[in-house]
Amino acid sequence: MGELTFNLLAWFTLLSAAGVVINRNAVNAALCLLLCLTGVAGLFVVLEAYLLAFVLLLVYAGAVVALFLFIVMLLDTSGAPRALPRRLPLIARVLAGGLIASGVLSFSARAKLPVSEAVAAAPGIGGALKPYAYQLFTTYLLPVQILGFLLLAAMIGVIVLSKKFEGLEDVK
Amino acid sequence: MVDLYLSSPSLVQGLLKGLAVIMVIFPIGGACSMAERKVSAWIQGRPGPNRAVVPWVAWIPVLGPFLQRLGVFHVMADGGKMLFKEDALPGHVRKFYFVLAPLVAMMPALTTVTTVPVGAYLDAAGRAVPLVLANVDIGILAVFAVSSLGVYALILAGWASNSKYPFLGGIRASAQLIAYELSLTLSVVPVFLWINAPGTPGTLSLSRAVEFQSGVWQGFSTASWGGVWFLFLMPVSALVFLIALFAETNRHPFDMAEGESDLVGGFHTEYGAFKWGLFFVAEYAHMLIGSAVFTLLFLGGWNPLPWVPLATLVDWLTVLTPLAAHPIAVGLLSIGIFLGKVLALVFFFMWVRWTVPRFRYDQVMELGWKKLLPLSIVNLLFYLGAIAALTP
Repeated sequence: MGELTFNLLAWFTLLSAAGVVINRNAVNAALCLLLCLTGVAGLFVVLEAYLLAFVLLLVYAGAVVALFLFIVMLLDTSGAPRALPRRLPLIARVLAGGLIASGVLSFSARAKLPVSEAVAAAPGIGGALKPYAYQLFTTYLLPVQILGFLLLAAMIGVIVLSKKFEGLEDVK
Repeated sequence: MVDLYLSSPSLVQGLLKGLAVIMVIFPIGGACSMAERKVSAWIQGRPGPNRAVVPWVAWIPVLGPFLQRLGVFHVMADGGKMLFKEDALPGHVRKFYFVLAPLVAMMPALTTVTTVPVGAYLDAAGRAVPLVLANVDIGILAVFAVSSLGVYALILAGWASNSKYPFLGGIRASAQLIAYELSLTLSVVPVFLWINAPGTPGTLSLSRAVEFQSGVWQGFSTASWGGVWFLFLMPVSALVFLIALFAETNRHPFDMAEGESDLVGGFHTEYGAFKWGLFFVAEYAHMLIGSAVFTLLFLGGWNPLPWVPLATLVDWLTVLTPLAAHPIAVGLLSIGIFLGKVLALVFFFMWVRWTVPRFRYDQVMELGWKKLLPLSIVNLLFYLGAIAALTP
């Protein structure tokens, strides 16, 4: 039952992820992204990482993709005619193909965690609230703070770039 | 019956539970829409809907005319009308998303119910066991996560309708929902900080919040705090949560998304018949769940009064009749108390709707970002300090 659900959800996630790339309509693509995120959340639930699943739903599915859709709707991308993609030079095509192939190959060949006794016995920190929060505030405190600072810098940059400050000399 | 249910495969059990959720929430949502018409009538001093009646009921001497004047049969009449009238599909809409949007509106509304406890019964040891479909440890997070998906219904409906008023409604709704979600989430953090004392396994469970509020009076000491509802312990949190809830459910005075006077019907302007009905029921289902969460967090859940938990009430009732201690009786009693509080809150929603005028859109944004958000952050900092100071 668990394996079947996992496989179904994995295929669902992969197909909707492909839909994000393939779809020409931006709204369709954004909604495929939503389905993809829901599938990943479902995978987390199957793996008993409930906290991660719901945080993913809350932050990405609930807010980020909603913002994407909001922007897509505001800009209404369907108006302009599509520009045909230019043919890439041969080197670029070979390079891109090689990169993708090496990525997939290395993932399938190397990305296997050794299943030792210690790994199997270690409690998953994505499942319950307290161990997760504990890790966040101890082991991963610095990365979290740095990421938060980066996001703050990005937000201030966006405000400075997008807001018109004419007539507000003291703000500058 | 019970044996048959317990011996059936888990898939069938899940289906039955899901069906039960739909069969409870859908009619209550419909009844709320009826109550809204009647409450608005009372507030505006007119009789309201009072004509429809089923013939056989009309023949009952006193009860029949009373029910007719109360307008209870208009629910059936409305439902039947929406179900059987022609479901017109305007020619200019994006058909797939147009049909999808009402379904998307119903799904989060019905899914969140599974994680909301609705009552409790007392086990042999006298401990309250919550009645809930999925008693997850991260209760409030699950409710927030799933209900945050409700915004897609409004966005999709507004965009798929492919005309100006619904589009504006959809844009307004999504901006408003995102603006108030922060305050909504921040306002409940103090409650869970208070519940999760050091040394306990951390939990965001809603039933734990109720359990925490079912203390008894133990003299003038900190031990008595368990019995106070969080409404009195954290009034600012409750206020911010309530205001954000009004905004999140698109209710007056925050119904920017469908303001009749400037947007005709907002995001559902192009909808008719049962699709429109689905939006309507989804709105009331959201309201019901919001009220339920507010009741659980701030109004003591299924505890009848502050310092009078369910167990005490059951003790009092067993003096009258020993039947009151039966788990089913206790369960029904707790569900009754809980539903009473929830419906009182729903009435409050309607009361506000027919009393307060609608905000302007810039006022909504200003209230959300410049007033509620700072207020909820300051509130959180205050309780951080208070809890740190009170913890021995």
